[in-house]
Amino acid sequence: MREIKERAQRSLQKKAPLGPDLDLEAFSREGGAWEYDPDYQQFAPEERRHLLKAGVELTDQEHAGTFLQADSRVVHCLARQAGVEVLPITEALKRHEWLADHLWNLVPVDADKYTAQAELALDNGYFIRALPGVKVAEPVEACLYLRTDRFSQHVHNVVIVEPGAHLHIITGCTAHPRVRSGLHIGVSEFYVRREASLTFTMIHNWAEEIHVRPRTGVLVEEGGRYISNYILLKPVKTVQMYPTVALAGEGAVARLQSIFIAHPGSELDVGGQVILKAAHSRAEVIARSLSTGGRCVSRGHLVGLVPEVKAHLECRGLILAPKGVIYAIPELEGQAAGVDMSHEAAVGRIAQEEIEYLMARGLDEEEAVSTIVRGFLSVKIEGLPPILEEELEEAIKESGKGL
Amino acid sequence: MEMLSVQDLWVSIEGREVLKGINLTIPVGETHILFGKNGSGKSTLLMTIMGFSRYRVEQGKIFFKGQEITELPTHERARLGLGLAFQRPPTIRGVKTGDILRACAGDRVAYQALAAAYDFTPFLEREVNYGFSGGEIKRSELLQLLAQDPDMVLLDEPESGVDLESLQVVGDIIGKLLQKDRRRPHRDKSGLIITHTGFILDYLNADTGYIMLDGRLLCSGHPREILEHIKKYGYVECEKCGR
Repeated sequence: MREIKERAQRSLQKKAPLGPDLDLEAFSREGGAWEYDPDYQQFAPEERRHLLKAGVELTDQEHAGTFLQADSRVVHCLARQAGVEVLPITEALKRHEWLADHLWNLVPVDADKYTAQAELALDNGYFIRALPGVKVAEPVEACLYLRTDRFSQHVHNVVIVEPGAHLHIITGCTAHPRVRSGLHIGVSEFYVRREASLTFTMIHNWAEEIHVRPRTGVLVEEGGRYISNYILLKPVKTVQMYPTVALAGEGAVARLQSIFIAHPGSELDVGGQVILKAAHSRAEVIARSLSTGGRCVSRGHLVGLVPEVKAHLECRGLILAPKGVIYAIPELEGQAAGVDMSHEAAVGRIAQEEIEYLMARGLDEEEAVSTIVRGFLSVKIEGLPPILEEELEEAIKESGKGL
Repeated sequence: MEMLSVQDLWVSIEGREVLKGINLTIPVGETHILFGKNGSGKSTLLMTIMGFSRYRVEQGKIFFKGQEITELPTHERARLGLGLAFQRPPTIRGVKTGDILRACAGDRVAYQALAAAYDFTPFLEREVNYGFSGGEIKRSELLQLLAQDPDMVLLDEPESGVDLESLQVVGDIIGKLLQKDRRRPHRDKSGLIITHTGFILDYLNADTGYIMLDGRLLCSGHPREILEHIKKYGYVECEKCGR
């Protein structure tokens, strides 16, 4: 423990290799003293609507479990299905002695000053676990919520899907409608055990002056399956994230899908790395980025360490405004004969020919652009709450208007 | 009554003059055929009638059903009843063919039934024109037109790249679009069709043919006679004659 603290101490000023550097002094550590809320009573209708847009439904119904952290306070936490554990990480560490070994195991504590903050000034975070063989039909809903302006939220999450279990987590990360600025640091470590399956859907809905620094590491064991869906449709100041997935067991599978829109003033640096360490492991990384005036770096790195692995990377970007920037960086790294890895990257604007083709079918220009953008963003994401489908549709219509 | 009237039409593409004073009138219920060498301006005429931005009208007017459409945006021309089947339509990644067919059909027809009638159902889930064969592209284009149900059909080489088996289907759809089974006075659809081979003439009732040469229309006459002439002598005589 002391060694971890020391490593964190030494990294307090360490800049992250990617993304704009932030002055942590510019943020506050004084969050609201929010009360525990078993019935979601403290949320005004305006706030509820806003949370819903991040996929947070504020109900225990139709969820196997729920977790809500506002600033530093866990205000709601419940597991409703047998075989599912949902706890604040601080509480889980008290209950399970073995859990400490799972922290800073997949994400180095000294990665940068953000991971150091998460260790030295932790607020809380969630611990979600599906016990062996438990097939959790309904999703677990987690929400990390910035409810105080300028607050710097530091969370550490651990998810363990034990052998043969199936789990779907929907995480909505968002801010109060009147919060303009802030920082969210989220360390996440996911363990997908043998023959287990984890679907992790994360929806970001922040505000124009909020900075976001997720730090995620995932371990997938033999025959395990990890599906990650990331959706960012609304303005944010900066997001920099680069999750690393290790496919460590034979036949492990990862699929990372992301849809993100860079609005004017937004700076996104989003991507991920999958390391294929075991035979017959497979990975697919699919990114669809759209710039309506913001800057967006879309990364992807596949590393094949052994023969008999197969992976594909797809970075496609559409620039819909004159000042938009999309920088796609696909990387393939084969370190053994017999790896099968490919990539497809394309950045551009919508071809006039495509718009006019649809106009010849009677669609006006705006409808034609929306149809093309909708198609571009049509990445199949299972179990998305209906409100998010509506949000996506609204974003599509809005994005076409700037043309 | 006239379906389409093109008057002294001059068109340029990126500063290059392509059409040089086209005059053309197509009455209601008639189908006219355009012959001509590659690069003579046939596709440009169809694209200009449809109103694509790349084709700049320098002079002249286009009337459709009595209304001037020279400056009208493409989608309004489509809504007025003009329909075009592209020779080489673009691929649109992510957009499903079924969605386009549904948009074309509106409330007029059940697009699924239409697709089923022409063995096209498996293509509805596929991305628009992505990985389609020549015949599949034509079938897709023509089914979109059937769904649109236009009064005036513009077809750009509908038989090109189509194998003999698919040609029958393509021909049948065109016959339906242009009301082949009706007697002339009862036809209210018109067509303007580009063909090199003339195969398509077996599937429709063509009234008049033209040869286009260097952006001008020459030699109007019966389409089959013109085709026979081209088969025998090529376009050399037309170039010499220049009428």
